Amino acid sequence: MLKYILKRLALSVFILLGVSFIIYFLIRCMPVSYIDQKIAAINQGGATVSDEMVNSMKEAYGLADGDDFFGILKGYGRWLGGLVKISEETGLPTLDFGISFKYAIPVTEKITETMGVSFAVALIATIFEFMIAIPLGITAATHQYSARDYVVTILVMIGISLPTFFFGQILKNVFAMQLGWFPPSGLIDATKDLSGFALILDYLKHLFIPILTVVILSIGGRMRMTRTNMLEVMSSDYIRTARAKGLKESKVVYKHAFRNTLIPLVTSLAGLLPTLFSGAIITEQVFDLPGIGNIALSAMMEADIPFIMGYNMFLAFLSVIGVLLADLMYAVVDPRVKLK
Amino acid sequence: MENEKITSELDEIKTAAPSEISEPLKVADPTEAAAEAIAEPTEAIAEPTEAASEPTEAAAEADEPHDKNVKLMSPGLMVLRRFFRSKLSIIGLVTIVALFLFCWLGPLFYTQWDASVADYSGKVEYSYKDITVTRPDGTEYSFVQVTETGKDLNNLAEPSASHPLGTDKNGYDVLARLMYGGRISLVISFLAVFIITVFGVVFGGIAGYFGGIIDNVIMRICDVLMCLPGFPILLIVGTLIESWGIDLQYRIYYLMGFLTLISWSGTARLVRGQILSLREQEYMVAAEAMGYSTGRKIFKHLVPNVMPQLIVSMTMSLGSMILYEASLSYLGLGAPEKYAAWGTMINAATDSNILKNFFNIWGPPGLCIVLAVLAFNFVGDGLRDALDPKMRR
Repeated sequence: MLKYILKRLALSVFILLGVSFIIYFLIRCMPVSYIDQKIAAINQGGATVSDEMVNSMKEAYGLADGDDFFGILKGYGRWLGGLVKISEETGLPTLDFGISFKYAIPVTEKITETMGVSFAVALIATIFEFMIAIPLGITAATHQYSARDYVVTILVMIGISLPTFFFGQILKNVFAMQLGWFPPSGLIDATKDLSGFALILDYLKHLFIPILTVVILSIGGRMRMTRTNMLEVMSSDYIRTARAKGLKESKVVYKHAFRNTLIPLVTSLAGLLPTLFSGAIITEQVFDLPGIGNIALSAMMEADIPFIMGYNMFLAFLSVIGVLLADLMYAVVDPRVKLK
Repeated sequence: MENEKITSELDEIKTAAPSEISEPLKVADPTEAAAEAIAEPTEAIAEPTEAASEPTEAAAEADEPHDKNVKLMSPGLMVLRRFFRSKLSIIGLVTIVALFLFCWLGPLFYTQWDASVADYSGKVEYSYKDITVTRPDGTEYSFVQVTETGKDLNNLAEPSASHPLGTDKNGYDVLARLMYGGRISLVISFLAVFIITVFGVVFGGIAGYFGGIIDNVIMRICDVLMCLPGFPILLIVGTLIESWGIDLQYRIYYLMGFLTLISWSGTARLVRGQILSLREQEYMVAAEAMGYSTGRKIFKHLVPNVMPQLIVSMTMSLGSMILYEASLSYLGLGAPEKYAAWGTMINAATDSNILKNFFNIWGPPGLCIVLAVLAFNFVGDGLRDALDPKMRR
């Protein structure tokens, strides 16, 4: 087991290297670098920038190696070299993603700063998603091909089929614009000075529609997963035995069948790890939330290399760990699975 | 008494004698029977082929009840029957056909407007203003000032006879754009899914068949691709493509092309997993013994066995590709407004005036996307139930 984990972790390092190289290469290929944008802005202001200044700026931002393949390779090497630093206080190696061009503070600081909102939305949405989708999946499976199955299936399928921004737009239009029950965008009411419980209530009021959007869109997948697994389990022999013993149907469904349905559900939890932190770019865009997805989008537009690298590597790391955790959980939950 | 008994015994022997004489004949019988029995199977073999060549005649001639109960069905027919038993898959199929007819045949019948021709038939706009005047003596008069302005461009028109779904803010007819936009959305998603499948089958097939180092390399590439965050990468590539000076009309095609490059890993994994188990089966040993080439073994003998799962995953990803295209268009990376796809049309709703007052502009494309994705999902679900032996009732 330990050997397996170590092997997988060693492999993850290579995967992360590959991912980081692809992303770095693509960003450096972007037509307009951050420096170009800065200089264009200065030029527009009327001042002129000498070539010397441009070069020293590029030097300072680590972009001086030219934009041909080897230049990019050198730049990548530099980025990689600056990644691991020995902390002066503790003497332990730490990860350092550098300082964001755009926000002018360390990337890790900016990420942790904006993470809160996105994480809150994703966490609450995930909890509701599981709480609603699992019972729906079970009833649909136990009443297969009945009217109930059809109604539930059609409703959640509509949920899957809705484009995020379209559905978000509709909810915003109905609940915020027409009915006026919830504020249409933003995170806090700037006109009021709130604190304590009232502040939390205000947050919830602002986050209600975004969370509702995410929940409705994601229920479908989870419900179908539950339904398919439940159907598979319900047709197995030991369920017939349980019924033949004369057990109550509720006991057959919830005690015997559902426990086996839980295996894929629990393991899929680990796969959710990156989605919890990545922030929903489009949802945050629609409701104008200052979450990490929104910040990353604008950083992307301005070619803020340290931030984009930091953000994407963080996500890639989470997804590598998520896959590993899912495999490990599989072995923990289901004793029949042996890891090699 | 005893004599009588003897004579009677003798009689018995005598009477028995003829039977003894006839016995040799009986011995001969089995050989004949055996000969017949040998002959019969050949006849029996011959009969089914006749019956197969003329099944309807055979069924009509042999009017026995058990023949009526036996139905000959090919596996394909069985899958079709199972597929059409579910009402949802029929609804899905009908919806897809209807959408295709709408997008390709629609413009043949709806000829008043073209997708990229603005309506300059003129429009009269009224603006209202409340004006309150206070006389020197203190009495207040309030009246409404109505300004009538005429202009050439008939934009943001309400649904009417000439524009069943109104016009958008550039004066384009929404219904005509819906038809042409659907073409772009549907073609893009079909192309993308096709390319992803080709990549996935080729790489997955090679990895699964050869195993060893090749398998390891391909699977590690898959791992890297799976860890690439989709949207951020596409956003970067979007600006890259712009710098190449490619006509914006085709940018979405390039973007979706790039998307296929990074998203074939799921299909490859699926194919590889199936082939790993199929590879060990006897018919593959037979194929080896026949001396078939590697390509023939992979693509003619292994891949067709993965087709059921592949078809299901293709149908499902058709829906997600339409959603991807729509989301990219929403973020401003789609087709330019002149050649709008469905996603670009919904993008108009970012204008809060349009979002609030002109549902006829952004509602219909959204509805079309939902219908298309829903239909593909229904068909995919139906296909999975029909093709997956585990799901059989």
